[in-house]
Amino acid sequence: MNVEDLYQEIILDHYRERHHSGLREPFGAEVHHVNPSCGDEITLRVALAGDEIADISYDAVGCSISQASTSVMADLLIGRDIDDAMALYDEFLEMMNSRGQATPDEDRFEDAIAFVGVSQFPARVKCALLGWAATRDAVARAQTAETQSSETQTVDTQTGETRAATTDLPTPPQEAS
Amino acid sequence: MSRYDVEAIRADFPILQRRVGQYPLAYLDSANTSQKPQQVVDAIAQHYLQHNANVARAMHVLGAEATESFEGARSRVARFIGAASPDEVVFTKNASEALNLAANTLGSRLRPGDEVVVSVMEHHSNIVPWQLVCERTGATLRWFDVTDDGQLDLEAAESSGLVNERTKVVSLAWVSNVLGTVNPIRTVADWAHVVGAVMVVDGAQGVPQRPTDVTALGADMLAFTGHKVCGPTGIGVLWGRLDLLSDLPPFLGGGEMIEVVRMEGSTWAPPPHRFEAGTPPIAQAVGLAAALDYLDGIGMDAIAAHETDITQYALEQLARVEGVRVLGPGADADRGGAIAFTLEGVHPHDIMQLLDSRGVAVRGGHHCARPLHDRFGVQSSTRASGYLYTTRAEVDALAEALDHTRQFFARGRGSARRSRRRHSDAAVGGGA
Ligand SMILES: Cc1ncc(COP(=O)(O)O)c(C=O)c1O
Repeated sequence: MNVEDLYQEIILDHYRERHHSGLREPFGAEVHHVNPSCGDEITLRVALAGDEIADISYDAVGCSISQASTSVMADLLIGRDIDDAMALYDEFLEMMNSRGQATPDEDRFEDAIAFVGVSQFPARVKCALLGWAATRDAVARAQTAETQSSETQTVDTQTGETRAATTDLPTPPQEAS
Repeated sequence: MSRYDVEAIRADFPILQRRVGQYPLAYLDSANTSQKPQQVVDAIAQHYLQHNANVARAMHVLGAEATESFEGARSRVARFIGAASPDEVVFTKNASEALNLAANTLGSRLRPGDEVVVSVMEHHSNIVPWQLVCERTGATLRWFDVTDDGQLDLEAAESSGLVNERTKVVSLAWVSNVLGTVNPIRTVADWAHVVGAVMVVDGAQGVPQRPTDVTALGADMLAFTGHKVCGPTGIGVLWGRLDLLSDLPPFLGGGEMIEVVRMEGSTWAPPPHRFEAGTPPIAQAVGLAAALDYLDGIGMDAIAAHETDITQYALEQLARVEGVRVLGPGADADRGGAIAFTLEGVHPHDIMQLLDSRGVAVRGGHHCARPLHDRFGVQSSTRASGYLYTTRAEVDALAEALDHTRQFFARGRGSARRSRRRHSDAAVGGGA
């Protein structure tokens, strides 16, 4: 395992210049995720428009891997069809669990191919998944909020701030933002 | 020992001869867990291979031998910390369980309106058990702040009446696992005793590094963990004054902790067995005793002096690395061996990874002290911590690897810009 495989130039570039960093409006859901083992944190917003992810924005503190991964992910998923975005999430997850064995399709993964190197370092896989897991959670919440608001017409979808202790916990009760 | 012979000590720790890739291992994570000398591993192997049996309940020869070793380990611990009697030594699974034992048994006396005092520099193990017990009993948790140079803020505590007639328990780390701060336990214990509160000390970092005398320290209870004193994992200690322990209810129920069990109700064994339900960590106790023999063989005074020397040297070397900021007390303070620092522009996880690629083992993160990091306005830090076997060459390796890390993350900014980000072009500017 070579540390150069981990810190590829693409990753360092995204770390230095995080794309879509800074919370934006409008948004359909906002989530807060932490990595309890290291304290990395992200607040992330998604806005949906029909079947598309119209926007992803975030405010995060964390290591180069988690920051770069979130930046690359936002580039990849903004403007993408929701189902395809979730499929890409699954493919990314599969790659991250491959211990460096995956050969991702560069046309589909774009800059995210750089993270195949990270998958050789099991301790860092969680870092790379933080933003992705937050997005998956936020998309699900935004979809729920949309369904509810179309049913009741009264739910304010902009106060959807929620907190999850880890990326895999079941949905906790909602707090006001 | 007239001169401290660190190379002779290292010869007892086979793991320190390891290489990581092309680099020799520089193990600077001893505040996390210490390495084990051959003597400790041999003692555990000998126990399992020649004397293994359950304790107390097995009446055969092996049972008698195992019981003697286990109870002998209790005496060994008592001697190491200056306890009045082996009956004051309770074996647990680690320091965390020892602190939970203290919190739960002392918690049986807490009522709404009572106060428990900790500090913002505590390890989570000395915060969360008290939070839980305060939640359950309606008592209030309060805490010492720290000064900007990482000392316990005694002045602020005094002027705000932090320790007062409502205080029932004060629980403090002797030595901080992050800042290396050595807390004035004696002073705070005197405050606690004036108002009739119990003084609990988290000795997880102090006991490995300094000669320990529970009476001089001023503690009523002291917790520490075997794996940080060159002993095995799976064993910790709660020492408590016998009159105090005798007054406290059990923590966990089960075998060995009882006097008489009837279906209508049971009575409890006297301490220490009252607090040791089930089969205890027997081989671990044997290993812990061997570890304490080992440390005393070198001398805790000599170990403390070496720790001070290597920590001072490390502080000097770190001061030379561009961008490094050490959290907590400087080189002029009485200080433990943990040195937490930040390196400008590089996250502790990335530092840890780069250092690891050069054989230097440190810890990056919040070191189970999240409130302390919040207090210093940093999300996390990198921590280097030496012990009796640490050499100046290892500290030099740390400083060099940090220089390399800084350069690595500063290298070639923007030299490899990719131009295939189709989505970013479309979406940038779309936000508010
Ligand atoms: C100050 C302090 N308290 C408590 C603990 C907990 O020790 P353990 O994990 O062995 O229970 C540690 C170490 O992790 C520590 O450094």
